[in-house]
Amino acid sequence: MSTMPVAIYTREHYLNASYGWKSWLLTRDHKRIGLLYLMSITFFFFLGGAFATMVRLELMTPKGDLFEAETYNKLFSMHGIVMVFLFLIPSIPAVLGNFLVPMMIGARDLAFPRLNLLSWYLYMIGGVFTLWAIVAGGVDTGWTFYTPYSSLFSNTHVVLTVLGIFVVGFSSILTGLNFIVTIHTMRAPGMTWFRMPLFLWSHYATAIIMVLATPVLAITLVLVGVERIWRVGIFDPAIGGDPILFQHLFWFYSHPAVYIMILPGMGVVSELITTHARKRIFGYSFVAFASLAIAFIGFLVWGHHMFVAGESQYASLMFSVLSFLVAIPSAIKVFNWTATLYKGSVSYDAPMLYAMGFIGLFTIGGLTGLFLATIAIDVHLHDTYFVVAHFHYIMVGGMVMAYLGGIHNWWPKISGRMYPEGWARLAAGIVFIGFNLTFFPQFVLGYLGMPRRYYAYADEFQVLNVMSTAGASILAVGYLLPMIYLIWSLKYGPEAGPNPWNATGLEWQTLSPPPPDNFEETPIVTEPAYNYGPDRRTSI
Amino acid sequence: MDLTVAHQFDDAEQQQEASTLGMWIFLATEILFFGGMFLGYTVYRAMYPHEFAAASSHLDVVLGTVNTAVLLCSSLTMALGVYSAQLGSRRMLALCLGLTMLLGAVFLGIKFYEYYQKYEEGLIPGSGFTWAGANPNQTSLFFVFYFIMTGMHALHMIIGLGLMTVLVLLTRRGRFTPSYYTPVELGGLYWHFVDIVWVFLFPLLYLIDRSS
Repeated sequence: MSTMPVAIYTREHYLNASYGWKSWLLTRDHKRIGLLYLMSITFFFFLGGAFATMVRLELMTPKGDLFEAETYNKLFSMHGIVMVFLFLIPSIPAVLGNFLVPMMIGARDLAFPRLNLLSWYLYMIGGVFTLWAIVAGGVDTGWTFYTPYSSLFSNTHVVLTVLGIFVVGFSSILTGLNFIVTIHTMRAPGMTWFRMPLFLWSHYATAIIMVLATPVLAITLVLVGVERIWRVGIFDPAIGGDPILFQHLFWFYSHPAVYIMILPGMGVVSELITTHARKRIFGYSFVAFASLAIAFIGFLVWGHHMFVAGESQYASLMFSVLSFLVAIPSAIKVFNWTATLYKGSVSYDAPMLYAMGFIGLFTIGGLTGLFLATIAIDVHLHDTYFVVAHFHYIMVGGMVMAYLGGIHNWWPKISGRMYPEGWARLAAGIVFIGFNLTFFPQFVLGYLGMPRRYYAYADEFQVLNVMSTAGASILAVGYLLPMIYLIWSLKYGPEAGPNPWNATGLEWQTLSPPPPDNFEETPIVTEPAYNYGPDRRTSI
Repeated sequence: MDLTVAHQFDDAEQQQEASTLGMWIFLATEILFFGGMFLGYTVYRAMYPHEFAAASSHLDVVLGTVNTAVLLCSSLTMALGVYSAQLGSRRMLALCLGLTMLLGAVFLGIKFYEYYQKYEEGLIPGSGFTWAGANPNQTSLFFVFYFIMTGMHALHMIIGLGLMTVLVLLTRRGRFTPSYYTPVELGGLYWHFVDIVWVFLFPLLYLIDRSS
């Protein structure tokens, strides 16, 4: 493979192979679909961020003075709904996964390109329904849609929102289905299961969750919709229904979905650490199987959301033990990444900074999860800001850090151009500081007893809340910066060449941006993943 | 170049393997989708066994049995269709698919007639629900699940009829050969799956406590 950069303008690649709206909106190229997703989820990310901003502004003062109580309920609900269903779930799988899964296994495309395009359209249709609900006045049930409030009492646009999420769910099922089939059947010659980059193992595990959990959410939302439209009371205790049944069904999806929101990030981090420490991963098969273990155990822990909801004590005990078990594969990953860094040739490029941030923040998020899995402590912390801080450390500190790190790492491949390294490091630092300032005080607030989802609070909580709001504004700067300089780099960034990181993955062995069929000829794999050695260190 | 192999695949074998695996995974999602309803049904039946038994006796077991037979026959014709595709007998394939569609339509006709009966008897849950026996609220839960489960099943049947229509059109255009008939096989998998769902729905809904 030539290391001479081939000028971006003079040869055909996936971005200039055809022009015009139709060539994008009807494309079956997984790389273009990845970019369609990138643009759409970026929109929803900033929309969800706007709701978060308003929530934090309201919480600057103890009294509810900026918004009405009902408005505040809508704001945090729509923040959660947009961020979870329209940003986090599709974020890494649908953008980076779409772009990279076929390239990493040496395939020309995903197994079902038309289904892949359909998944984006379903995502957009679901997104439009949700937007419609927001514009029409919003929804105030929280992202969890607990019954019977959501099905019988709320006066907001529940049905429209639920319909939107139902449709978005199918886009996620199609993505998962495509990944599983592609990884099973389309690996290049020599690409055995245990030569696959760990990004693929984590996406495989994620895809299993998407495929097996999302249909349960779909039917649950159908039941909520039926109850709300026809007033039949499936989950209404007044006529013999069981609201806890709703919670079981909902969390049977939504707890595994939490792992949809972290496993792909773990895959990205495995790539970033090895690439930028130039070392083979420590304990490859442990990291690979840890992904599958998390996916598997993730299906058996949903009851820890109902410790105080009237679930039987014995069920709670089992769910508590099983929830502790998730810590084992998670810790295996954290230790193995750290061990990979040991005696590595670490370069502190922006992707590595994000990966290191991920390890630290995910560790805090994971350990506080153990607090919450402990039944007695959960009784104290349930529905407080401690829970809010915990899952933001996983979802934002973990997933969003990994997502941004991944976007930077593969930006040269996606766009063919380098991002400005100095700005990127600065942004990574700002995100890390802003994130901790926003969410660490919330652990303290929650432990002191501040409940979540209230627009007013006791006066003594104000200092910590002001810190949190200040942190959120720093975080906002950290998120806006990459958007600005990445767009800038599309025109002004230096050409990256095929393999700016001198990395081993197949995606780096082709041109940047890749040709429409990814590889000029089907690659043949002869070595394990991350085969970094002394000879590679000097080859550029 | 073989036009039936899409550009992302190396050969027909890889394509067939991928399509079949994709279909099985899709069926797994369907099991989980119906699983949510079966779970709800099981929970409420365990909570209200007498109400469920009483409500179940208002279903027409004769029509239910006839429908079960009709659907099982349609599975037979579907299986024969796949067999004819393997043999490359285009006329037999079209005939079998047509018979499958006909039986599917008969099933739906009987199903909708049953719905109409329930409407006449005031057994549609909601404000119009009338029940002379004890605990009308809990009893209406049975009918909620009856309508949602059979309704979702009927929706899958209608989608199946759409798929069959496409398969018939493709057959008439001569798109299937003994070496390429994957869509017929996958359509068959889907059809059999929908049948199996009914095989579970029928005893759960129609045959509760028939001995008493």
